[in-house]
Amino acid sequence: MIDLNTTWFLLIGILIVGYAILDGFDLGVGVLSLFARNNTEKRIYLNAIGPVWDGNEVWLLTAGGALFAAFPIVYATVFSGFYLAFMLLLAALIFRAVSLEFRNKVDSPGWQRLWDWSFGLGSLLPSILFGVTVGNILKGIPIDENGLFTGSFPGLLNPYSILVGVLSLVMFMMHGALYMTLKTDGELRGRMAKWGYGTWIGFVALYFLATLYTFFEAGYLFEGVLSNLLFWILFIVLLGSIVFIPITLKAGRYFRAFLSSSLTITCIIGLAAVSIFPKIVSSSIDPGYSLTIYNASSTPRTLTVMLIIALIGMPIVIGYTAYIYRVFKGKTVITEESY
Amino acid sequence: MDLDPVLLSRIQFAMTIGFHFIFPPITIGLVWLLVIVEGLGWKRKDDVYVRMGKFFGRLLAITFAIGVATGIVMEFQFGTNWAEYSKFVGDIFGAPLAAEGVFAFFLESSFLGLYLFGRNKVPKGVHWFSILMVAVGATISAFWILVANSWQQTPAGYVIQNGRAELTSFAEAVFNPSMVIRFFHTVDAALITGAFFMAGIAAYLLIKGKAADVARKALKLAIIFGLVVSVLELFPLGDRHAIQVARTQPEKFAAMEGLYVGQTQAPAVLFGIPRTSPEPELMAKIALPGLLSLGVHGDMDAYVQGINDFPPDEIPPLFLTFVSFHSMVGLGMFFIGLMLLGAFLLYRRKLWDSKWYLKLLIISIPLPIIACELGWIAAEVGRQPWVVYKVLKTVDAVSMTVSAGEILFSIILFGLIYLFLGSLYLYIMIKEIKRGPEPGKVEEVAS
Repeated sequence: MIDLNTTWFLLIGILIVGYAILDGFDLGVGVLSLFARNNTEKRIYLNAIGPVWDGNEVWLLTAGGALFAAFPIVYATVFSGFYLAFMLLLAALIFRAVSLEFRNKVDSPGWQRLWDWSFGLGSLLPSILFGVTVGNILKGIPIDENGLFTGSFPGLLNPYSILVGVLSLVMFMMHGALYMTLKTDGELRGRMAKWGYGTWIGFVALYFLATLYTFFEAGYLFEGVLSNLLFWILFIVLLGSIVFIPITLKAGRYFRAFLSSSLTITCIIGLAAVSIFPKIVSSSIDPGYSLTIYNASSTPRTLTVMLIIALIGMPIVIGYTAYIYRVFKGKTVITEESY
Repeated sequence: MDLDPVLLSRIQFAMTIGFHFIFPPITIGLVWLLVIVEGLGWKRKDDVYVRMGKFFGRLLAITFAIGVATGIVMEFQFGTNWAEYSKFVGDIFGAPLAAEGVFAFFLESSFLGLYLFGRNKVPKGVHWFSILMVAVGATISAFWILVANSWQQTPAGYVIQNGRAELTSFAEAVFNPSMVIRFFHTVDAALITGAFFMAGIAAYLLIKGKAADVARKALKLAIIFGLVVSVLELFPLGDRHAIQVARTQPEKFAAMEGLYVGQTQAPAVLFGIPRTSPEPELMAKIALPGLLSLGVHGDMDAYVQGINDFPPDEIPPLFLTFVSFHSMVGLGMFFIGLMLLGAFLLYRRKLWDSKWYLKLLIISIPLPIIACELGWIAAEVGRQPWVVYKVLKTVDAVSMTVSAGEILFSIILFGLIYLFLGSLYLYIMIKEIKRGPEPGKVEEVAS
C-alpha cells in the first residue's frame, strides 16, 4: 500500500503525462502548421485537432488545480517563482486558443496570415517553456529556508533548461507529426511521416545530450536509481518505444507509431518523476530546503477527499473522451463547420 | 519607482477576472437556451430551430473560446500573484478548483467539440445530449468556483493550525453559509444574460428583415425565458442573498445599503451618492424608512448594524460598494420591466411591429453583463480588507517573491492582449450576427 502523499505524486504525474500526450500533439501540430504550404493545408492542421484540442488543454488546468489542492506550497512557490515565464506561457496559450476560432471568421488573406502566425507561435512558445520549467525543476531552483524562491527570470534561462526546452519542442513536433499521419492521406501524409522521422532523429540526439548533461547539472537524480526496479522498467520500455517509432513508421503502421510516441512521452516523464521522488522541487541552496511530497502537501483529510473526487471523476472523463475521439476517428475532411 | 506590489496585484486580478467574467455568463445563459432550442429542433423536427441552433451555436463557440483563454489565466493567478494566499488556504481552496477541472471543464470542453463538429456524425439524440453536457459542465463549473469564492466570504469547515487554514469538514467547507444562494443567484444572472443576448440579436434580425422565421421564434423564447429568470433574480434570489449577506457579513451589508449609522427602523435606500469625508454620508438620498429592518429581520424595530458599529480598519470601500450594488439592483429592475413589456407585446401580438421596443432590446444586450460585473464588484470590494473574511487580509496574501516591476509588466501585457481580443470579439460577433442564420429550405428554393 502506498501512502496518500505518494498517491498524489503519482496522480499529478498522470495528469501531466495525460496533458503531454494529448495537448502535446496539439502543440506539435501547431508548430508544424508554420510550415504548411497553402491555405487548404493550413486548414487541415487546424481541423485535425479542431474537435479535441479544447478538451486536451483541460488536462493542464486540472493538473494545475490538482497541484494547488494536493501540494499548495509547490503550486505557490513554483508559479510565483517562475512568474515571468508563466505570464509568457499564459499569453501564448491565449493566442493559440483564440487563433483557432478567429481565423475563419474573416475572408482576408492578411487576417488569416495573422492567425496562422498566432496559432504557430502560440504553440511553439509553450512547447519550449514547458521544457524550460521541467529543466529548472529537475536541476533545482534557489529555495531558501522559508520555502521562498530567491532566483530570477534570467536565472531560469540557463543552458540546461533551454536544452530541455528544445527537447520538449522537438518531442511535441514528433508527436504532432505522428498524429497527423493518422489524420491525413496521400502526399501530405507522406510529408508528415518524413517530419516524424526527422524529428525522431533530433529527439534521440537531444534526449541523449540532455541525459548526459543531467549527470553534471543534476547528478543527484541518479542516486539510488540503479537499484530501483521501477526505473529499470521505465528505462527499458522507453528504449523499446523510442526504437519502435521509426520501425512502425517505415512499415506504415501509423497508429502504432503514434502509440510508441505516446509511450515514449510517458516513460520520459515517468523517469524524471521516479528520479526526483520523494522531492518535488529541489532547492539548489540546500537540499534540506527542498519541497517534498511531505513538507509541501495538504492535510491527509484533503488528500483523501481529493482522491475520492479523482477516483469518481477521472474514469468518467476517460470514458467520454475515448467516445468522442472515436466519433472523430479517421482522416480530416474540410466541411462547412470546419475551421 | 516605488510601486506597491499589493496594489498592482489587486489591479491585475480585477482586470483579468473582470474581463474573463464577461464571457461565462453569456456562455452559461446561451447554452441552456440552446438546450431548449436544439431539443425543440430535434423533437418537433422543426428546421427553424435547427437553423437557430447552428446560428447561436457559432456565437457560443466564439464566446466559449475567449472564456477558456482568459480562464486559464485565473487558474494560474492564485499561484503567481497570491502565493501567500495559496499557501495559507490551499488545503481548502485548492480542492474546489481541482474538482472544477475534473467534473466541469473536461465535460464542457469535450462535448462542445462534439456539438460543434459532430452534428452530422452522431444521431440527433446524441447531438442534443452533447449540448446538454456543455450546459451541465458549465453549470458545474459555476458551482465549484462559487464554492471556492463563497468560502472566502463565509469560511467554514476549517481550523487554523500549523500556520495555515486546515480542512476539518469538506461538506461544511463546500456547503458554507453563503454558497447555495450565491450559486443560484449567479447562475440565474447568467441565464438573464443569455436571454437578453438572444432577445437583442433576434430583435436585430427582425429589424433587418433577416431570417424572420428564426428571429421570431428566438425572440419569443428569449422573452418568456427572460421574464421568468429576471423575476426570480429579485424574488426569491436577490432578496435571500441580501439577507444572507446581512447575517454573515454585516460590514458589507452596511456599505452596500449605505447604512452609515446603526439604527432601528433602518431605511431602505433607493438612491444616494455616498460621500466619505468628513463623515460617511449619503447625499441626495431617497429612502423608504424602516424597510431595511423589515427586510432583514422581519421587524421594523429591529436594529441593523451600521458602518459606525465596526472598527474603521475593517470596513470596505464605501463608495464603490454602495454604487455597484445599487446600480446592479437598478438594472435588475429594468430587466424585469423590459421583459414584462415584451411579454405584454407578445400577448397583444404587437411584438414584431414594435420597432422602438426591438431597438431597446438591441441596446440592452450588454446591460446584464454590466449587472454581473457590478454584482461581483459589490461582493469582492465589499469583503475588503479581507481576502478570507475575518481570517486573512488581502495585504497579507500577495506573493512575496514577485517584484512590482514584474507585475507591472504582466498588467501591461494582459491589458494590451485583452484590449486587442475584446475588440476582435466584438468585431467578429457583430460580423457573424450580420451574416445571420443560414437560409431555410423554402427561402433557398425561392431565391
